Amino acid sequence: MSKDIRIKKGLDIKLVGEAEKTTTSVSRSSVYAVKPEDFHGIIPKLIAKEGAVVKAGGALFHSKSDERILFASPVSGKVVEVIRGARRKVLAMKIAADSEQVYEDFGTKNADAMSAEEVKNYLFTAGCWPFIKQRPYDVVANPNQAPKAIFISGYASAPLAADLEYTLAGKEAELQAAITAVTKLTEGKVHVSVGANSNSPLSKLKGVEIHKVSGPHPSGNVSTQIAQIDPINKGEVVWVVTPQDLVVIGELFLTGKFNLERTIALTGSKFNKPQYVTAIAGAAISDLTNNNLNNDNTRIINGNVLSGKQVKEEGFLSYSDNQITAIPEGDDYEFFGWNKPIFNKISTSRALTFSWLNPKKKYDLNTNTNGEHRAFVVTGSYENVFPLDIYPMQLLKAFMYKDLDEMEALGGYEIAPEDFALTEFICVSKQPHQNIIREGLDLMREELG
Amino acid sequence: MSLKQNLHNLKEKYKGTKMAPAFNAIHTFLYLPNEVTHGGTHIKAADDLKRTMNIVIMALIPCLLFGMFNAGYQHYAAIDGSLRTDVLANFFTWDNLWIGIIKVLPLVIVSYAVGLIVEFIFAVIKGHEVEEGYLVTGMLVPLIVPVDTPLWMLSVAVVFGVVIGKEVFGGTGMNILNPALTIRAFLFFAYPTWMSGDKVWVHDAVNRVGTPDAISGETILGSYAQNQEVIYSNWDKFMGFIPGSVGETSTLLILLGAAFLIFTKVGSWRIIVSTFIGAAVMGLIFNQIVAADVITESSKFYGLMNTVWYEHLMIGGLAFGAVYMATDPVTASQTNKGKWIYGFLIGFISIMIRVFNPAYPEGVFLAILLMNVFAPTIDHYVVQGNVKKRLKRTKVKTA
Repeated sequence: MSKDIRIKKGLDIKLVGEAEKTTTSVSRSSVYAVKPEDFHGIIPKLIAKEGAVVKAGGALFHSKSDERILFASPVSGKVVEVIRGARRKVLAMKIAADSEQVYEDFGTKNADAMSAEEVKNYLFTAGCWPFIKQRPYDVVANPNQAPKAIFISGYASAPLAADLEYTLAGKEAELQAAITAVTKLTEGKVHVSVGANSNSPLSKLKGVEIHKVSGPHPSGNVSTQIAQIDPINKGEVVWVVTPQDLVVIGELFLTGKFNLERTIALTGSKFNKPQYVTAIAGAAISDLTNNNLNNDNTRIINGNVLSGKQVKEEGFLSYSDNQITAIPEGDDYEFFGWNKPIFNKISTSRALTFSWLNPKKKYDLNTNTNGEHRAFVVTGSYENVFPLDIYPMQLLKAFMYKDLDEMEALGGYEIAPEDFALTEFICVSKQPHQNIIREGLDLMREELG
Repeated sequence: MSLKQNLHNLKEKYKGTKMAPAFNAIHTFLYLPNEVTHGGTHIKAADDLKRTMNIVIMALIPCLLFGMFNAGYQHYAAIDGSLRTDVLANFFTWDNLWIGIIKVLPLVIVSYAVGLIVEFIFAVIKGHEVEEGYLVTGMLVPLIVPVDTPLWMLSVAVVFGVVIGKEVFGGTGMNILNPALTIRAFLFFAYPTWMSGDKVWVHDAVNRVGTPDAISGETILGSYAQNQEVIYSNWDKFMGFIPGSVGETSTLLILLGAAFLIFTKVGSWRIIVSTFIGAAVMGLIFNQIVAADVITESSKFYGLMNTVWYEHLMIGGLAFGAVYMATDPVTASQTNKGKWIYGFLIGFISIMIRVFNPAYPEGVFLAILLMNVFAPTIDHYVVQGNVKKRLKRTKVKTA
């Protein structure tokens, strides 16, 4: 029995720079980097020291809390540099890629014939465990807990998100192999969501419950879908995998190789030609954006404009994202910007802002905050873009004053920082909602486990 | 060098000094700052708090202009009652406006000047930015006081209201009581003879007491409270050609302001609508009591109990309170369900105070202040409903 999900509350932020459906492959980078911060909550213990030679899929580091959880190198080559920050925290490991890629051979497997434990161990060894995230807390899944269900959102509703129908085309076999494997990991169901009229490869998967999703962003956020299908209660755990990571898992089962090559959308107004490219995770940003980026006062983002991370052109592609966004920086003053009528920015109010006149228009927004940080004043606006059955402002305040009982009671187990991206976007007081939520979730994880 | 560049250089120069908040307040008034996002969403919506507050001020401007004309009109009409026969011809005149300019504008200027000085001092002492809340408070205050309020009195009240009503709690967004109403309440309890009675509501009425030129300065509520007949028609009451505080008389313009606030999504329609509903319900209850002959004309409550319920909505400060005061998001209920309860009780209690407190029949500001105090309690129970639902879900699972 599948359940359709219709979301009414939310906001589609329409921006210029949607990726055109053509894919080019870019030249291979000479150096790749893996950043432990891409896996929130993981403290890395190095396995491959500086100078070590690794194959693609070879372990670079493991999690301090569970040494079975390995993190694999996206390419074969030599570890040339371990960049450390304050208190010797590992910020990035750089690997100089071989000209010919050599893959670690983990051996092909038929997930159908495997037990849950065998599937787990296989994913551990091949460095595929970090693709499985858990709720609560939005961190890499703890393999010692049993999830009540596994959720895969195949509907991307974020601004300028990569079209999964396009990027996953032709990956049916990999997806099915991965699904067969992950269904072993839970006693419960595996829920896959697709767009209402989608013809995505995901909609043909077997052994899962398919849900058709419609409505504005954040309908594609997995928390929104979990809340509609099977909400998380205290003491329960669900696991979450993204479709692009499923492809990697699937390919592992079919070929025995760990291959992080994926199709990535280059989006945003600062790309001369927004389009798709294929690249290996950890690649240098400059190689991807080569000759395509207008790099004059530009913000480059790993991911989307709402929840992505800022990255420099000298930086590297993140481990899991399938999108790079480039938008103009907004570091300029605007004369009487607080009271003049505004036509070129998005607003959910009508306070002399006129985006309501033309809901289809695409905007070229920059990174200006459009105002200064203030205490919470306006009420009732977050609720209009927040589809979960949670009081967003009350939860944010509980997360700020860090009352663990309230954080738990108001729904802290059901959320991830990305769920508060839209409320942060429309916040008149310019409060950092996602940071507040992230810090609060980390505290809950520490104190409540 | 351009103004923009000059100001930017000055901002860099003042950065980190004590005077930075004061300078930034003026700077951001001219220019939207050059701040960019970091660590969260990379883009932000167009609205900020200044814009939101500015919308409320714009919604108040018609009330202020009308109040300036009305100050003069009530003065001259009290002297020469024949002016009331053709209101429209005698209302928008230069003479009327002149009284408004010399009596009302100083109230606005003093309110802003004193309030903003206090705000700037606190911002500099506490090292936070000057917040926008006072932009609205400063406009509300002159509109809810009698026209002849002495300026020194207003200054003392504004200092009290801003410091005790807001800054001691941590500034805009942290206060429990509506600052404008705190100022109004201070005036009322500290200088009752200036804030109530039958003289203060019309310009110059107080000065003429005991002279052959004495004029009446009574409001409609005052007349009803004393079981007297009222000379104003419902048309006058709705349009606002009646004595009262400076800017609260015109129900028509207040409703226009309400429409603007609701359309721009700045004011909460839930609170506005439910306040009117609450007042209407209480008014109807009193009308029924009179209809059932429970009280007689000799009762001192008769005049206001017998006031038709819809008239209650047009006289006194009810409409102004419902639209501009009750909707203050900081001191109102913050949940949508809570807003319905909060608004309803404000309307309900306003009319109750009005009827049972003949000494000062205007109950709106007391009702709103009372509900300000109870708003967090209302929210608490609304939010607990959500918490209980969540707990129930867990229990069903584990049972």
